[in-house]
Amino acid sequence: MVTTTDYDQIRASLQSVLSRHERSRSSLIPILHEVQDLFGHVPPAAIAPIAHRLSLSQAEVHGVVSFYSHFRLSPPGRHHVTVCAGTACHVEGTPLLLRELRRLLGIEPGQRTTDGLFSLSRVGCLGCCAMAPAMMVDGRAYPSVSPARLAAILAEYGFTPDVQTDEAA
Amino acid sequence: MCRPMKRLDQLSSQARAQWLALAQSHDPVVWVALGSCSQAAGADAVALAMRDELAARGCQARFVRTGCMGLCYLEPTAIVRKPGCARVVYGPLDENSARRLVAECLLGEGSCPDLAVGRLDADPPEDVPDLSDHPAMRLQVRRVMQHCGLIDPEDLSHYLANGGYEAFRQALAMPADEIIERLKESGLRGRSGGGFPVWRKWEFTRNAKGSQRYVLCNAHEGDPGAFSNRLLTESDPHGFLEGMLIAAFTVGATQGYIYMASEYPLAHHRVGMAIDQLRWAGLLGDDILGSGFSFDITLRSGAGVFVSGEETAQIASLEGRRGAPAPRPPYPGQSGIAGAPTLVQNVETLANVPLIVAHGGEWFRAVGTSASPGTKAFSLSGRLARRGVFELPLGMGLSHVVNDVGGGARDEHPLKAVHTGGPPGGLLPADIEVPLDFDSMGETGSLMGSGGIIAIDDRCCIVDLTRHFMEFAQDEACGQCVPCRNGNRVMLDILNRLTQGQGRPGDLDRLLELGNVIRLTSLCGLGQTAPNPILTGIRYFRSEFEAHLHGSCPAGVCPLAAPAESVAEAAAS
Repeated sequence: MVTTTDYDQIRASLQSVLSRHERSRSSLIPILHEVQDLFGHVPPAAIAPIAHRLSLSQAEVHGVVSFYSHFRLSPPGRHHVTVCAGTACHVEGTPLLLRELRRLLGIEPGQRTTDGLFSLSRVGCLGCCAMAPAMMVDGRAYPSVSPARLAAILAEYGFTPDVQTDEAA
Repeated sequence: MCRPMKRLDQLSSQARAQWLALAQSHDPVVWVALGSCSQAAGADAVALAMRDELAARGCQARFVRTGCMGLCYLEPTAIVRKPGCARVVYGPLDENSARRLVAECLLGEGSCPDLAVGRLDADPPEDVPDLSDHPAMRLQVRRVMQHCGLIDPEDLSHYLANGGYEAFRQALAMPADEIIERLKESGLRGRSGGGFPVWRKWEFTRNAKGSQRYVLCNAHEGDPGAFSNRLLTESDPHGFLEGMLIAAFTVGATQGYIYMASEYPLAHHRVGMAIDQLRWAGLLGDDILGSGFSFDITLRSGAGVFVSGEETAQIASLEGRRGAPAPRPPYPGQSGIAGAPTLVQNVETLANVPLIVAHGGEWFRAVGTSASPGTKAFSLSGRLARRGVFELPLGMGLSHVVNDVGGGARDEHPLKAVHTGGPPGGLLPADIEVPLDFDSMGETGSLMGSGGIIAIDDRCCIVDLTRHFMEFAQDEACGQCVPCRNGNRVMLDILNRLTQGQGRPGDLDRLLELGNVIRLTSLCGLGQTAPNPILTGIRYFRSEFEAHLHGSCPAGVCPLAAPAESVAEAAAS
């Protein structure tokens, strides 16, 4: 993944993505997918070059980016946790999972932890309804997750409980 | 015979020879189910454990990847065959039982009947019952799912060996009218929920004015609770691709698109692979098999918006715009992608097409009802004992499906309600007697929709659930029309108050009134159907709503009734 502090690199990487696509509006979403795969999000600095390439206004590109929940304008954490909010998962306890995730990570869906290690999002349905509630970390699915298992799952990705909490306990 | 046709013949006969060799292999063969569900359940670890155990004992076996059979509740599963024996399905496996399977069954004399689900062939072992007698399979009629879990979805030769692309070749020799006639005889209706007659859509698109035509396969499957198209695209991608080729040939399209849910990375990977294989085999591209018919397919990924499952919204998304629905008419068949006639069909609908071309309309009508012929792949989830995707004849009773296919309640908590049809559908009493088909389900106030069936027991609160649906509708609304944008917001506010114990007299009447207005006046299907869960919820479970008005939640879910911890404990136990 390309880090987004190196602006020359952003520009170079972006150009190589743009040059692979036809200069028509229908390329917009495939381009946004590739840009997000590359940077982990759609860097706001990328919007102007994309708009220019496709002869669109920046507002139009921004409108599309913000419409689709898959696209992010800010960088995700190093590990991205996706919680399924589908009906079957809701019935099997997604609200409790989300509450425990909020408690453990101290963030809301759409946010990133201050150390940059985790980000959290909620999606409509992962299609793992038979194994609800389902959760994904970096694309790996975890079936039938109970709130009690969460800390252990996150620990696989480097999660350590808050030091202060440890001392208090 | 032209050269490309000869090459396909050659590929098919090679494929059949390889398939036969696998079936008669002198080494043991292990087919490991690797779909999203199985991988989530730990299929990779099971396969590795089996390999390790074999290696440790100095033995070998052939490993074959497959998709999923649809028995998600038994994942991870594997099919094992010893030379001279039947293929036996085992599951749910873990690393220990996988090792035991190798030691006792593959290398020993046993058959591990305690781990077995059923056998696929008539050969021994006799102590394992036939899979077709298994309660999860007995009532199924496997048509579009016939290959699921049995073939390698990443290997075109497995599909070819099982008669793949024969129907397409047959279609190439048929006049388009005859193909449409066959669809008309079959009575096939769109499987995504609307139930529109397929032949009419095809005829309409074929006769629409325009030099360029498109076929768009809707693989978005946005409905939470429906995952049959995920299973089909992951487990047998060529099944619906063959239908897509026949569709394109019939309506005269030269370009196809597949719009895949961004939540389905494995399906995306496998369909992408299948398209590449088709190009390689000469089944996509210019002058396919020397027929003069040219067609190619582009795979596109959605971006996580429910309303993009609506056909006009999907087209907007393909064109690089916000995926918001447009008023119809014009229908896509008249003016779709870039204003050209576009045939939009979902995965399961297309997967039925090759079967109808090959076997005819009468064969298709042999199961199902006269107005809803054929089968439907239903996704069963929630508090059922058996969860997964089950292909059943249309018209089977809902409670029959819930109790005899789904196995009823998973534990001692009785089932209270069944939610069908995804967010546009509704909540029905668990014991309701209604045939599962396009028309009967509509009369209940719910829908069959894309076939999602979620069972709910007495630990779930109906009001909380309707609040959840409204929140979903509110999140996913595109914001174009007032009834859906503002009306749903007001409904959500009322439901939020109810679940917080702040209901007011008249709230239920207001919900019903608003719901009916939103239903009648919204622009697209999302808005028109968003109130359905609430309307059916009040219709069938009014007492639960009234209890909330009086400050109690019978299920003990809503914060007004029980401290949060006890809910957490109840769910964790």
